[in-house]
Amino acid sequence: MSLAHRIIPCLDTDGARVVKGIHFEGLRDAGNPVELAARYNAEGADELVVLDIAAARDNRPTFLETIRRVAEQLAIPLTAGGGIRSLEEARAVVRAGADKVTINTAAVERPALLTELSAEFGAQAVVLAIDATREADHWQVRVRGGREATSLSAEGWAQRGVEMGAGEILLTSVDRDGTQSGFDLDLTAAISKAVSVPVIASGGAKLPSHFLDVFTRGAADAALAASIFHDQVQSIRALKEFLHANHVEVRLPC
Amino acid sequence: MKVTLIDYGAGNVPSVERAFRRLGAEAETTNSRGKIAEARCLVLPGVGHCAALIHSLDKHSLRQPILQAVQRSIPFLGICLGLQALYESSKEAPDLPGLGIFPGEVTRLPDTVKLPHMGWNTLQIIHPSRLLDSIAPGSYFYFAHSFAAPAAGPENVAVCEHGREFAAVIERGNLCAVQFHPEKSGAAGAQVLQNFLKVAA
Repeated sequence: MSLAHRIIPCLDTDGARVVKGIHFEGLRDAGNPVELAARYNAEGADELVVLDIAAARDNRPTFLETIRRVAEQLAIPLTAGGGIRSLEEARAVVRAGADKVTINTAAVERPALLTELSAEFGAQAVVLAIDATREADHWQVRVRGGREATSLSAEGWAQRGVEMGAGEILLTSVDRDGTQSGFDLDLTAAISKAVSVPVIASGGAKLPSHFLDVFTRGAADAALAASIFHDQVQSIRALKEFLHANHVEVRLPC
Repeated sequence: MKVTLIDYGAGNVPSVERAFRRLGAEAETTNSRGKIAEARCLVLPGVGHCAALIHSLDKHSLRQPILQAVQRSIPFLGICLGLQALYESSKEAPDLPGLGIFPGEVTRLPDTVKLPHMGWNTLQIIHPSRLLDSIAPGSYFYFAHSFAAPAAGPENVAVCEHGREFAAVIERGNLCAVQFHPEKSGAAGAQVLQNFLKVAA
């Protein structure tokens, strides 16, 4: 027996509602976060991620209330983030009930934020979210919800982020996000090899075989998906049974 | 049964409190030396850096009431860092003495595996225990840590492996501790907390 590969549903919220878009755009309503959280907790999800994708300053109290209500439903770990720019904002998210905080744009702008968060909450609570696109011969980091390119390579930034204090990488392929054409296996394998911390693969999941591929060829430690779980295209239980039958270690729900 | 949770500012205290309330237990969270000295059932939750826990225990002068409670055989449950704090020292904070209830040093897991050890893992049960009563073999529990206690101590009733074996569940009389997070470990975790409440009843 060893560490199980994790299946992680993600709730992208605009504060109070779950939304979903393609290539980070064209948002539509996908449900109530509290009801979805309760369902995933019962169905055998290994963790839950809740992101505030609107991340508007004036909407923050609504998002914190969503975290509180979601946390009440869970007997599994909760990661929350979206637009967190300071230690103070991260504290509010943790106090609301998150076990881990995910940081994206703010870490690119000021990597020391990762060190500050790690010193306060421990590295196991600091998730560096990296949005990447394929550019010719490398993967480029994008920020502000995938809208803005940076000069950073995904591998280099992942390594730097871990040095600065991140305990986990949440890696999203912007190219694959919302396309349901499978995870970017090359990207995931490259980052997983580059860092010593667990990597959560995200972007492009639909079929059970996509998950099998990302755990084997992509060397991911966990895989995240949103709409296929929200829309009940894929049940977590059936997905885990498929992975188990294909010799990938997972925690089967009882 | 009232469960007194020692609040040193760790992020997981509210989840632990919520988990006990779901099981019908009364729970209070405090860093008051007086309340901890009078507690009938103590829980030391923990997550994050070992130094933060030890500094906070010393700042609020909680070392002595905790040691006295353990000496009086008050039911006690350490969670994650709350397990690691029971040892003499930790490589994570080499200059700070631990509670020293168990001999030995907490050390970092080997770099041959991904760290932190994050996610769901199974236990290897060494001795029957009250804490793991009714837990199905092969049950998974949620871990999130990079440092761990020695696997060899006679107090260990179950170990886990990630790079090396380490103490996962400790039980000596009413003194209990787990390296995983029962408050985050689904139904199996709730059963462990329920078993602890039975120890305390």
